[in-house]
Amino acid sequence: MRDGMLELRDIRVSKGDDTLMTVDLNVPAGTIATIMGPSGVGKSTLLSLIGGTLDPVFSAKGDIILDGVNLGSVPPEKRQIGILFQDELLFPHMTVSQNLAFGLRQGGTAAQRCDQVRHALAQIGLSDFERADPATLSGGQKARVSLMRTLLSDPRALLLDEPFSRLDSDLRDRMRQLVFGHAKERNIPVLMVTHDKQDADAAGGPVINVGSDRQNLAE
Amino acid sequence: MMRAVVIVALIGPVIAGLIGVALPAIGYFPAIGRVDWGLEAFRDVIAWQGFGPAARLSVFTGLAATALSIIVSFFLLAALTGNGQKRLRLYLGPMLALPHAAVGFAIVFLIDPTGIVSRLIAQLVGWSRPPDVAIIGDPWGLSLILGLVVKEIPFLLFMALAALPPLAAFQRIKACKALGYGQMAAWIYAVAIPLYRAIRMPVFLVLAYSMTVVDMAIILGPTTPPTLSVQIVKWMASPDLNVRMVAAAGAIVQLLLVLAVFAIWLLIETVAKQLILRSAKMGYRIPRLGAASLRVGRFVRYFPVLFVCFLGILLLWSFAGFWSFPNLMPDGLTTRVWDQEAGGLTSALSNAAVIGICVAGVSTLCAIAVLESGKRVAPYLLFVPLIVPQVAFLLGLQVFMIHIGVRSGMAAVMFVHFVFVMPYVLLTLQGAYDGYDRRYDRVAAALGRSYWVILWRVRLPILIAPIISAFAVGFAVSVAQYLPTLLIGGGRVATITTDAVALASGGDRRVIASYALLQAIAAVGPLLIAAVLPYALWRNRKGLRHA
Repeated sequence: MRDGMLELRDIRVSKGDDTLMTVDLNVPAGTIATIMGPSGVGKSTLLSLIGGTLDPVFSAKGDIILDGVNLGSVPPEKRQIGILFQDELLFPHMTVSQNLAFGLRQGGTAAQRCDQVRHALAQIGLSDFERADPATLSGGQKARVSLMRTLLSDPRALLLDEPFSRLDSDLRDRMRQLVFGHAKERNIPVLMVTHDKQDADAAGGPVINVGSDRQNLAE
Repeated sequence: MMRAVVIVALIGPVIAGLIGVALPAIGYFPAIGRVDWGLEAFRDVIAWQGFGPAARLSVFTGLAATALSIIVSFFLLAALTGNGQKRLRLYLGPMLALPHAAVGFAIVFLIDPTGIVSRLIAQLVGWSRPPDVAIIGDPWGLSLILGLVVKEIPFLLFMALAALPPLAAFQRIKACKALGYGQMAAWIYAVAIPLYRAIRMPVFLVLAYSMTVVDMAIILGPTTPPTLSVQIVKWMASPDLNVRMVAAAGAIVQLLLVLAVFAIWLLIETVAKQLILRSAKMGYRIPRLGAASLRVGRFVRYFPVLFVCFLGILLLWSFAGFWSFPNLMPDGLTTRVWDQEAGGLTSALSNAAVIGICVAGVSTLCAIAVLESGKRVAPYLLFVPLIVPQVAFLLGLQVFMIHIGVRSGMAAVMFVHFVFVMPYVLLTLQGAYDGYDRRYDRVAAALGRSYWVILWRVRLPILIAPIISAFAVGFAVSVAQYLPTLLIGGGRVATITTDAVALASGGDRRVIASYALLQAIAAVGPLLIAAVLPYALWRNRKGLRHA
């Protein structure tokens, strides 16, 4: 069934004999689901599992299904799952527009791609920053470029790894609206991990609480 | 896979070399028709009239140079602030890259009876003739120890600076100060022991190296008798092939001597540690050390002065005409030596450059391949070819190569350089790879990019500065190699380093200076370029310039 949904079926992430977390969750398209819990319980590990870049020291069971397709044997670069971290991780050796062009899906002529990048820059109010060094941008500007770079890759799902925790409080609100707004507009499922209750409230989707401490998790 | 290949390439020659030296030492040398097992060669070594002094010299220079280097380095580190550390890191590169031979010659020109120091004293007290004492080549090896200390302090400081961050030295010192300890006491009690533990491998490397160094010992060490390692090389060069067996036995003796001194050092370590721990238990605040240590720490800012002095004295001598004694400047300047030696210098330099570029290039590529496979080579494996004395296994490696029919020449020299260059290149790059933020890869993969695209367009560009500097470090290590070039090149591969050291006994000072200066520039130049290049390359990229 092709419904754009992200399904996590009986996922169990372990390190050696320790089970870090178990999750069973459906995230319908256009919904923002939140996984809440203190740092160090393996929330980020779950995201790297979904993205296909799980560190070999961990092991995982269960199925990840996106839009009806089991991702088990799909390499990370073919999954079309975007990810945003608390750091913007703009590539320091590229200009702002090179960063965006790197995200843009392949295809089109050079001129078309150039137009798309310009259009994207205009959308996030950074038209004058085409050739700027990403390191010279403000925190909010970097966050917007990072979001736009991910959106240009045309993701079918979006993962958010504590994406707003480094921002000032007023900026945080605006970024939440921007990110959630874009995700809903594109009608893709979003999975966010955070330890901030306000993130979960703003998302307005299902919330799953994982272990308040390590002992709970080991059970 | 790649890691296994590299490990075999590093350890294999050492093992082959040790076997190749052990067999002739006990009488098995079929290449010259000798298969009479026995210890005759060892008897010849011990019968050499210089054996006693040479062995003593080896032990003394090793222990003295190592102990002095550690004490001075630790004093410097104890007095350093955060800014001082940053400055030190900046200065260390060029000092580290200066080849032992060039430093040795510069020291000769500075402190021998007709050197600059003696001329300065002469100006002050009115000597008209140089003092009639043997400063260079003194029987105690003091000038050799000086040369070693000058080179090993930067090495230990470099290793220590890399090991310091996880020790949280500043916080520990702050905590101790709150208990009434001074800077120096706090450093000794809270930092020195764990730091020493972290740099123990490099310390043993310094110890083995100081006992067995050849090029610097030829330049600064005593000559009648010379150090044991120099004598072994002399035996090696004998036209009588039977003497090779004596050389092999000498190499084994040298190796045993190093192991014995390692044992002594373990004892010294234990005693020093117990002394510190006991003093800490008694709560000694050692207040007097505090002020002294801070004064020593200020010397850090004179490092570049030393560096400029070394290059300056070589430069001056290479252009000097007649230079009569107490004068501080030559009577006239001339380009005679440079004109006369142009041909020799060019070919020696281009040989060194070709070898250096190939070896450093291959080493850098291999290091990237190993690190890309996600594997790490344990540091103790990397240190094996550096700790086992060159004089002990190169001799055997040469025998081994003759045995399996490998011809000495450029290719063989490059291969053996790789054994000494690769560890430094890998150590340099391993740190950079460990510091790389893997989330860049995850972002790029999430953007739909494959492994090779990520490698080529994300990872390598971000890591380009450390990659260039790893290459430059490798080049500097290769350029400075004396013994491997001499032995494995079979005397037919002349580089700037082998030529410079060959001039040591009785060469014209001006010629020596020109070779030593070019050797120093060849080693240090690429490193300086590597330090500046990222600034030029990433002129408009703030996020990469601190790399």
